[in-house]
Amino acid sequence: MAQSQAYYVPHGSNWPIVGAVGLFLLMLGLSTTLNGLGFGPVLAWTGVAVVVVMLVGWFSTVIGESEGGTYNQQVDRSFRMGMTWFIISEVMFFAAFFGALFYARQMAVPWLGGESNNFFTNLLLYPGYENTWPTNGPGAIGGEYEPMAALGLPALNTAILLSSGVTITIAHHALKDNNRSVLNWGLFATFMLGFLFVTLQAYEYHHAYEAMNLKLSTGIYGSTFFMLTGFHGLHVTLGATMLVVIWVRCLKGHFTPNHHFGFEGVAWYWHFVDVVWLGLYIFVYWL
Amino acid sequence: MSTAAATHEHHDHHPTGIMRWLTTTNHKDIGTLYLVFSLTMFLVGGSMALVIRAELFQPGLQLVDPGFFNQMTTMHALIMVFGAIMPAFVGLANWMVPLMIGAPDMALPRLNNWSFWILPMAFSLLGMTLLFPSGAPAAGWTMYPPLVLQTGDAFPFLIFAVHLMGISSVLGAINIIVTIMNMRAPGMGLLKMPLFVWTWLITAYLLILVMPVLAGAVTMLLTDKYFGTSFFQAAGGGDPVMFQHIFWFFGHPEVYIMILPAFGVVSQVIPTFARKPLFGYDSMVYATASIAFLSFIVWAHHMFTVGMPLAGQLFFMFSTMLIAVPTGVKVFNWVATMWKGSMTFETPMLFALAFVFLFTIGGFSGLMLAIAPADLQYHDTYFVVAHFHYVLVPGAAFGIMAAVYYWLPKWTGHMYNEKLGKLHFWLSAISVNVTFFPQHFVGLAGMPRRIPDYSTQFADFNMISSVGAFVFGFSQLLFVYVIWSCARGGQKATDQVWEGAEGLEWTVPSPAPHHTFDTPPVIR
Repeated sequence: MAQSQAYYVPHGSNWPIVGAVGLFLLMLGLSTTLNGLGFGPVLAWTGVAVVVVMLVGWFSTVIGESEGGTYNQQVDRSFRMGMTWFIISEVMFFAAFFGALFYARQMAVPWLGGESNNFFTNLLLYPGYENTWPTNGPGAIGGEYEPMAALGLPALNTAILLSSGVTITIAHHALKDNNRSVLNWGLFATFMLGFLFVTLQAYEYHHAYEAMNLKLSTGIYGSTFFMLTGFHGLHVTLGATMLVVIWVRCLKGHFTPNHHFGFEGVAWYWHFVDVVWLGLYIFVYWL
Repeated sequence: MSTAAATHEHHDHHPTGIMRWLTTTNHKDIGTLYLVFSLTMFLVGGSMALVIRAELFQPGLQLVDPGFFNQMTTMHALIMVFGAIMPAFVGLANWMVPLMIGAPDMALPRLNNWSFWILPMAFSLLGMTLLFPSGAPAAGWTMYPPLVLQTGDAFPFLIFAVHLMGISSVLGAINIIVTIMNMRAPGMGLLKMPLFVWTWLITAYLLILVMPVLAGAVTMLLTDKYFGTSFFQAAGGGDPVMFQHIFWFFGHPEVYIMILPAFGVVSQVIPTFARKPLFGYDSMVYATASIAFLSFIVWAHHMFTVGMPLAGQLFFMFSTMLIAVPTGVKVFNWVATMWKGSMTFETPMLFALAFVFLFTIGGFSGLMLAIAPADLQYHDTYFVVAHFHYVLVPGAAFGIMAAVYYWLPKWTGHMYNEKLGKLHFWLSAISVNVTFFPQHFVGLAGMPRRIPDYSTQFADFNMISSVGAFVFGFSQLLFVYVIWSCARGGQKATDQVWEGAEGLEWTVPSPAPHHTFDTPPVIR
């Protein structure tokens, strides 16, 4: 693949401003929807459409440039560093919700139960409320519920995500060895496992809402459970979609054994999603 | 110089008019966009401050109703923090970091454009709430629940505007880190980088680590209000204090995000006008890194009165005081740089000197606030307002002004009007003290912040403070005029601009051509 010597500096692009307008419409739409205005959802979906058009257009340009040999190794390194720091910012986003979970379990709930110097507060405001986990608080917000067990579906989902980590590694090695059919099948298996995970989680949510009365509004337990697993599920969906894109590119013959940042960026993202799940499984489901 | 620039412009075929600015991927264009946006927001946020000071000119309720007053305090803070100070520093980074490290542009130019254009979108979203019947957000920029959950229709606009600002900041920070780590000219080792580049590198790390946490915090507010979660509700097992912990885990590093690049600017300006290399370069780098590290373990000093275990109070008190050590190192080094230098006092140097002196005052009042038992008296009084305005106005904002005067000739190719610059400095430096110094006194005497009315014993100091604020506010129109006239014309600037200036940015023509360092320079 021919590589130019100088660092590639693009001259002008329409996609970023399209993306900014799309985000504006999306956020305006969401805000007006929450305020109960009828045109809100229309605006929000228009925003989503514009953002999707932007993503397709922008990535097509970048993929075209990459396959055309525009990028030298220094550009490749910029992409790697950029993706690394993007993933770190995502880690910090999850850290906020994990922080909320730990704070609730280690501080808020014990204090409501009268620990530390809160004996009289407990006696006066929440008589009889004890520090337990899971809990929906002294007000029993959301009513009687059944907590989610760690074994069963969540354990199966853990196995599914961990196996998808293995299949993407197999695909990566195949790409390096220029074994394209193993690469394609490895990627196919990975995103299929990803979508299977999301499907099972949707089933789990349905079961929680219908059969267990465990909802987003089930006190602090329901809040942390659904926010953490929900945002994770969103990231799995996004990651699996990225995998599909990479898979299509592989089918088209993109990537070479030593030039495949697009593949690696998605693989890193997939491993990140995987590791977050392990944290979730341990702290949300298990302990 | 201008011919060189013209030939560069020529072979480029970039679009003209509005499309140039909408689609640009050039770091200098984007830097200009950021700076102009920030200056606009500075004036908008400043006008809100003047509404506040006009109401506080006398005790009693005169001009605005208390609800609107609260909207003004909230919007003033949000606009100044996220719309004026932060974008100004990102603009400076865009313009100067590639020039200072000998890079052809930012590492990810298209992303750079996106980071900028998200910002006006965010502030349109936030600003339009002023027109709502139920008004703009009014619960303070810290958005504490449960109060903030009473916000009217403006609430989701506030939350999503903060999300957009966060996206913009994180993408901008990623770009800056990648540029600095990957685009330095050959031979420019990390410990050869100009200090402005170093402070921005560390600032960018802070941004990436804390902006997503803010996003998480406001997302929880959103779900608490609209989707029935109980994160900040004791009845459901949550805790409103938890929001404060998460918010300030973002909020304290945020404070350093707004001051570290100013440290960098001052560390460029003082050596130039003292005509001596920066004293203790390595220790400056290590001090910056230490401040950044410490910023992650001091957040609860914003919440001493809210209730926390004694061990927590002690830990956060002592860790906060530790910050004085690396900050002291920096102040010492700036002073030592000037020691026996051949100093001249052009406008950038004046702003830098005022920065060193007045920021130190703000630092000292910070130390007073750090003492947990004493903070019970100071908390939520005007003493706090005086403290953070001393570090933000003659701190961060003066840092930005020093930078603008310092690099304006490089950007425009003209010298600004030195007389008017000096006049702007003296008006600002005097009025900023008239505005904020008396606030220490009313604060110590117990005047609460965010209140549109006050007891009569605070009247005199408030009147002085308001007079100072109006002088300061209108002086900034002079700043706008100086920048505008410098962009239009004036005495031609040389490449080096300042006699004592050193660094790669002074080796390119003034004005800097559209593209610089297409082939990297060689650093000895």
